[in-house]
Amino acid sequence: MQDAANLSEYRKQLREALENEFQREALDKFAVAYRTSRANAFAGIDAPELINEIAVAKDEAVDHLMELYEEFKRHAEAAGTKVHLAATAREANEIIAAIAKENGVRTIVKSKSMTAEETHLNDHLEAQGLEVTETDLGEWIIQLRHEGPTHMVMPAIHLSRYQVADLFTEVTRKKQDVDIQKLVKVARRELRPKYCQADMGISGANFAIAATGSIGIITNEGNGRLTTTLPRVHVALAGIDKLAPTLHDALRIIKCLPKNATGQNLTSYVTWITGAVPCAVGPEGKKVHHVVFVDNGRLAMAKDPLFKQALRCIRCGACANVCPIYRLVGGHKYGHVYIGAIGLVATYFFHGRDKAKNLVQNCLNCGACKAVCAAGIDLPTMIKEVHARIQDEEGHPLYSSAAGMVLKNRTLFHTMLKSARVMQKPVAGGGYLRHLPMFLFKDHDFRALPAIADEAFRDRWEKIRPRVAKADIKVALFSGCVQDFVYPEQMEAAVAVIASKPGVAMEYPMGQSCCGLPLMMMGEKKAGRELAAHNMNAIDAAGFDYIVTLCASCASYLKHGYQRLFADDPAMAYKAAQFAHRVMDFSSFVHDVLGMDQEAFTGPSKDVTYHAPCHLCRGLGVTEAPRELLRDAGLNYLPAAEEDVCCGFGGTFSVKFPELSKELLHKKINNLKATGATAMATDCPGCIMQIRGGFEHEGTTFEVRHVAEYLAARLKRG
Amino acid sequence: MSTPPALVDRLKEKAGLVSAVVASVASMDEAIAYVADVCANKEACQILASGCDAPLSDTAEALCETKQQKIVCAPDLPEEDVAKLTALCQERGIAVITKGMRGRLGGIDIAVTMAAAGIAETGTVVVRSTDEEVRLATMIAETHIALLPESAIVADSYDFEPTLVSWMGEPNYTAFITGPSRTADIERVLALGVHGPLEMHILILEGK
Ligand code: SF4
Ligand code: SF4
Repeated sequence: MQDAANLSEYRKQLREALENEFQREALDKFAVAYRTSRANAFAGIDAPELINEIAVAKDEAVDHLMELYEEFKRHAEAAGTKVHLAATAREANEIIAAIAKENGVRTIVKSKSMTAEETHLNDHLEAQGLEVTETDLGEWIIQLRHEGPTHMVMPAIHLSRYQVADLFTEVTRKKQDVDIQKLVKVARRELRPKYCQADMGISGANFAIAATGSIGIITNEGNGRLTTTLPRVHVALAGIDKLAPTLHDALRIIKCLPKNATGQNLTSYVTWITGAVPCAVGPEGKKVHHVVFVDNGRLAMAKDPLFKQALRCIRCGACANVCPIYRLVGGHKYGHVYIGAIGLVATYFFHGRDKAKNLVQNCLNCGACKAVCAAGIDLPTMIKEVHARIQDEEGHPLYSSAAGMVLKNRTLFHTMLKSARVMQKPVAGGGYLRHLPMFLFKDHDFRALPAIADEAFRDRWEKIRPRVAKADIKVALFSGCVQDFVYPEQMEAAVAVIASKPGVAMEYPMGQSCCGLPLMMMGEKKAGRELAAHNMNAIDAAGFDYIVTLCASCASYLKHGYQRLFADDPAMAYKAAQFAHRVMDFSSFVHDVLGMDQEAFTGPSKDVTYHAPCHLCRGLGVTEAPRELLRDAGLNYLPAAEEDVCCGFGGTFSVKFPELSKELLHKKINNLKATGATAMATDCPGCIMQIRGGFEHEGTTFEVRHVAEYLAARLKRG
Repeated sequence: MSTPPALVDRLKEKAGLVSAVVASVASMDEAIAYVADVCANKEACQILASGCDAPLSDTAEALCETKQQKIVCAPDLPEEDVAKLTALCQERGIAVITKGMRGRLGGIDIAVTMAAAGIAETGTVVVRSTDEEVRLATMIAETHIALLPESAIVADSYDFEPTLVSWMGEPNYTAFITGPSRTADIERVLALGVHGPLEMHILILEGK
């Protein structure tokens, strides 16, 4: 439960979390195992198609929640279920407490429900003097420890068997062995009497089927079945977004959810309950059955064109499983109640700005969550959007609005960069900034920072531009700030590679500026739009066949981000689409468009490994082009473990959360070294800055270069 | 129309992957003999085996002591089959019951039930559990044996959808059961039998 008052307190908590070695090791192991088990579970299944079907069906349902509610209510009540709709979390809790009172309930057993966590139901019921016992093993463990879950599917993943044994020793007042199989049996037998005594069972519901008034519950342990069977009263609590038109919608989700959650084909139990079923201890031999739907902002969210997507969520937890930050700090620090990427979004809506404002900044924009989401939710974009909204509501921090002001004014920004070059003189050496006044860069001494180049690419362009007599393909080069001012040699290499093919005319439109991604990362949406408009003006897309960039982040932002920025402005949307259609990353352009292959290159073999930039492999879906180019250039490409996991740069992220950036960089460096190579290629200057700086800082000689540089060095001269 | 062998094999394979024991039997009599054998060969209480010596709190101990004899519960088998099962079990000192599960919450050895369908894709059996005795027996028993007519095997959950929808027209409780009760909540280590059965058997009734 993340609830730091401000960013520095949050960072302090993150540092503490980093020191929790057991948790880090557990989450590391899980992250690695999950990849394989998910892939195995989906073998032979068209996962993207299934996910797309789920997304389409969910969107359709979200547009008709109230109609679905009425339909559900009609059918369920005909079958003897009482149906409620609570506007707020508190109202939901009060309804349930009233049901308890009306039925003379004293003890309650509960099966797992994230919605009940959302409404803090247990606290409410306990305050009324009711005894509530969680029966899901993980939930019971954390209930006994008085803490919240650290994963939506595996709530106690942060705890070791030793901690559980100690806890159970306390509960049973008998010494327990540190043996997982035995501990599970102890829980089985300790919890059994709780079911027998309970007057009421509370469950969640994964589905509420409007056409029949039925609910569906997914569990592995079977506690859901006992909870809904033994006590005489059963209350199911569900977000109103759990309504689905038909059973088919539920079956479709079931085909995906367990596979996506833990790589399990199907959970042990799927329970379908319709109406008041027989119950020997209930009035007239029937169960007292209630379904409580909670709105808590969902109906308003359903009308928000951007955020309605969040209501697609089926709570599989995968967006945490793959998140590099979750993996480092765990669920208590990476969510309030809801955890992982969806937690960063949902917290703002369900638990308020205060709980969300620090949390929402802790995202690399690496896109790993989006790539696995069972409902195809564009999580990174929504996270940034929440951040922007919070800033609009609370006021923008000074550094953030200042950055907005500077970046959207190209002349001012570039003048500042050039004067920075002059000012760095005394501390720059060998291409890195040396002897930085460290008080300015506290916590940033985990990587060497590059110096600004003597001459920016834009100032070299006239001297190096190739003259082409007859142009078959017209290309506009987009350099991005880093390659323009820090690594102009990467741009020069690219120009040499492209120019080796006849008939390609290149232009470098001088008016271009920063792509604007840093502003989006900082939640400066308005300045970002102005900057995007500026670039689309500076590069008249209609005059070019391609807009090529060597920076994966720029490429992915120019291609997808610009269209999102202008989605609600028809005139600009057209321009943005025209622009986006022409944007291509360097490796794809050279490989797919120019068709360069081994014929073009020469040189001795050499081991080289690769880092797949987030914005290339996930942002643009480009995976093969750079690897094939490396092989074609005669290099011996050695794949690294977790090649597509973020290096920890994340642009402004690494400035805000240096301690996390550092850990991710360490992992990356270790994986690269483990290949045995001493050279690495990649497609993004940001990643190069991070990884090269990391090697430089630890004093390891390791060549880190852009794919373009390797290709340029191996061009056949002729 | 007979069920394609490939479908049966797929169900066997998928159920096997989730630790279910799957066997084919030629007749109901054979199935009944199987049940009696499993019960006779089973240790009196597997929970004991996995640590009845494990010290429990006093309430939990008390509940455990309610069970004195090996018990099979057959809540939804046809009467004549129950009679046959009872005869077979009596010789071996095993009690056969068909109801009264609320008095046996400490545990029983075996629940034997019919399966209304099998879903090959996931190795699942569908158990109609609107009858509370079926629901309880299949949760309280240490071993659940489901008798699945071969002809009731479908490829995919969608194939079973129309039937389930028709059941949902009135108060209904249906369970898709895939392997024994399981958890991985402690250190992601798989443990079977956390709340429900430790073992799940599927007996495919050939030609039925
Ligand atoms: S974009 Fe990356 S860092 Fe951000 S929430 Fe998703 S997985 Fe985590
Ligand atoms: S946002 Fe997507 S990945 Fe995350 S829990 Fe929801 S459905 Fe699963």
